[in-house]
Amino acid sequence: MSSTGTEDLEAFRRRARDFARANLGPASARTAAGALRNDRTDEEELAEVAREREVQRMLFDAGLAGICFPTEYGGQGLTLAHQRALNEELAGYEFPTRFQAPTLSPCAAVLLDFGTEEQKRRHIPAILKGEELWMQFLSEPSGGSDVAGALTSAVRDGDEWVLNGSKIWTTGAWWSDWGLCLARTNWDVPKHRGLTVFIFPIRQEGIDVHRIEMLNGSKEFCQEFMTDVRVPDSDRVGDVDDGWTVGTRWMFHERMLTNSPLVTVPVGFGHGGTGVSSLVAIGARDAGRLSEPVVRDLVGEARMLDIADRELRHRVGQGIATGVMVDQSAALTRLFSGVTATRIRTIGFEVVGTAGAAWTDEDGQLAHSADDYLMRQVSQIGGGTTEMARNVVSERVLGMPRERSLDRDVPFRDVPRGRPSSRS
Amino acid sequence: MLLALSSDQELFRETTAKLLDELVPVGELRRLREDADGFGTGYWRRGADLGWTSLLVGEHHGGGSISGAGLVDLALVAYEFGRHAAPGPLAVTNIVAATLDEAGGDRFDGVIKELLSGEAVATWGLAEAPPNDGLDSVLLDVRVEGDEVVLNGVKRPVESGGRADYLLVSGRTGSGLSQVLVPARTAGVSVSPMHSVDVTRRFSVVAFDDVRVPLDLVVGEPGAAAGQVELQAGRAVAIGCAEAVGAMQTAFDLTVEWAFDRYSFGRPLASYQELKHRFADMLSWLEASHAVSDAATAALASGSADAAELLSVAKAFIGDYGGELMQDCVQMHGGIGVTFEHDLHLYLRRHTLNRAIYGTPAEHRARLADIVEEQEGLA
Ligand SMILES: Cc1cc2nc3c(=O)[nH]c(=O)nc-3n(C[C@H](O)[C@H](O)[C@H](O)COP(=O)(O)OP(=O)(O)OC[C@H]3O[C@@H](n4cnc5c(N)ncnc54)[C@H](O)[C@@H]3O)c2cc1C
Repeated sequence: MSSTGTEDLEAFRRRARDFARANLGPASARTAAGALRNDRTDEEELAEVAREREVQRMLFDAGLAGICFPTEYGGQGLTLAHQRALNEELAGYEFPTRFQAPTLSPCAAVLLDFGTEEQKRRHIPAILKGEELWMQFLSEPSGGSDVAGALTSAVRDGDEWVLNGSKIWTTGAWWSDWGLCLARTNWDVPKHRGLTVFIFPIRQEGIDVHRIEMLNGSKEFCQEFMTDVRVPDSDRVGDVDDGWTVGTRWMFHERMLTNSPLVTVPVGFGHGGTGVSSLVAIGARDAGRLSEPVVRDLVGEARMLDIADRELRHRVGQGIATGVMVDQSAALTRLFSGVTATRIRTIGFEVVGTAGAAWTDEDGQLAHSADDYLMRQVSQIGGGTTEMARNVVSERVLGMPRERSLDRDVPFRDVPRGRPSSRS
Repeated sequence: MLLALSSDQELFRETTAKLLDELVPVGELRRLREDADGFGTGYWRRGADLGWTSLLVGEHHGGGSISGAGLVDLALVAYEFGRHAAPGPLAVTNIVAATLDEAGGDRFDGVIKELLSGEAVATWGLAEAPPNDGLDSVLLDVRVEGDEVVLNGVKRPVESGGRADYLLVSGRTGSGLSQVLVPARTAGVSVSPMHSVDVTRRFSVVAFDDVRVPLDLVVGEPGAAAGQVELQAGRAVAIGCAEAVGAMQTAFDLTVEWAFDRYSFGRPLASYQELKHRFADMLSWLEASHAVSDAATAALASGSADAAELLSVAKAFIGDYGGELMQDCVQMHGGIGVTFEHDLHLYLRRHTLNRAIYGTPAEHRARLADIVEEQEGLA
């Protein structure tokens, strides 16, 4: 410990390194890819979830969980530099991916910003100990981009609220514990002024979790139907009808994605390390095409994009932390990551040749390239679409005129709505 | 450009920007279009007084950096050069000064002094006629004969070849590389001007026909200069990228301003979602270009192991994505964007020049593939 009470960075790094060596297994190639693949049974999925809870607990016990969370809520109260050092030391090891987004950010981040003292004391240590996995209950069948257009209703009943409606596209809600939910509490004011945020356990009577098959066969997507779900007023986050104040920060945390200081992302993990472009090269090698000049050009491009994405995230993270950039600049990284990830998936598909269309179980990395390609757009949809990020960048960062909207100054109940979707 | 500058760096950057505003406003750049050298001696000396040529040189030779990392400071100058599309052989003079400084001894003290004061200009001849204009194909012959070396071959494009007082020439001695500092007026050196895409940066074909110079003008050991050449190329990439990002920044700023001022159908261009979204993409490329340029410069300055990878990322990314940004700025200007009268092309030209020298984006992607292959043990 230095005189200021902050652990010396090098000592911290050594501590993290020793912990990882002694306790953690290697990262799987699947983890490195950071892709939503359809390659496990439910039992295997649940076993992984259980292992991640265990690893999160080990990190907590070793004083390596919640690096930038305040100590009074079980965090370490350290700096972004410490978080980065941890990210470096965990490179190549298994780590609790499911606890990062959305549990630690945006969910825990929103609790830190707006939660009551009691909420923070109850949930943040539990999250850091691996006891609570959280989901964002934001998107609805009627629309996800227009988040403030939520139709899920919450009606006050004494000290409780009664929620009805449906949330959708939550990834992994079937094995998660708590939900952070945006609901409508007032239909007679314009849309942004009638929202309130609540938290509640997902596994309870009144919440029906349905699983949705994704185009590649994965069943991680879920839809929740809420019928007369009772939430005590003490589980309200922020003021009544002031949910958009919470929502705005919530979106900010969401766009920060893996750039958030609250999140652990081992170097080389998923997109934004060099992990994905390495997998592209391994795919090309497995297909026997790595020596072809055209393939080498694509492999070089993939690596270029991986590193550009990483460096952009460092820059924007630093810019926001130091106030040189407005918070909304987080949309720049969201946009860039999304677009480059889809490009890298396309390259990964291209370099394996026909094995991208038909493969055997023995084909190694080749076997995944079609799956990853088919699911390519996930990186431009999940976490808010890249189109919405472009709106934010142009309007909030560059100050360009807002798009015309027909729902600004009218009571929400009078806002025109499209035809109900098949899932409403 | 770096997000966080020290106050000394910020002062230095600002002083450089002011000097460029004063000495080379766009009107002056247009006038220099007809100038054989593309810049004036007075201008170059003023910059040298500020420190433009001394940042990579050690203090014992009269140089010195602002921050302790001279290349990082020089990148600030280069960035302002790009923002202003400024003239002058910034990269090559600094690269030669640094190599002479690092060569040790006192043989080059006089030359270094002249370069630092701006009295003399030096350039570097690396590339040769196509197809030997890539990073790794040096053919010019350097032969040791007693206490002399003899040079035969042709270098092109050589920046400011017609104006330079000293030519640092990279050549081949057997299977190794050699570097020789050839005074421009040595017998057998002939220089002929080339056409260039830039308004003020000049390039030449420099031919060496049995050029003889004393052996002590070999910088380092004959046949052992590969490391020097690699480092010089790295510096050229770092400086060129910082400059390219500066040019992108100005083009982007000009285009944002235009989008607010220009109306069609009763609305500013900036109100059309189609264009807003393209601006968002461009800003993400611009900020990513800043990020990779700064990361590469810092890595090379500190001798970090990933410097080669980051330099190739920066050169490839800024070349490709910056080129798209530049051309989309032209597109959003409409007809005025393709005129000589509008300033946009000054920055487009600067970016275009830097994209093609010291390795094209494709060449650097190929280098990245080599690096990935090696890192992953796939070779
Ligand atoms: C893998 C994955 C995980 C997800 N996890 C969660 C989760 O945990 N919790 C959660 O709540 N949601 C989650 N989502 C949902 C996601 O946030 C939404 O899908 C997304 O916000 C888009 O909403 P939507 O699907 O309703 O499409 P819509 O909003 O209907 O949009 C359809 C298309 O129109 C475009 N569009 C819409 N409005 C505009 C506009 N104003 N300007 C320009 N273009 C526009 C969109 O960009 C999109 O291309 C997840 C999605 C994916 C793919």
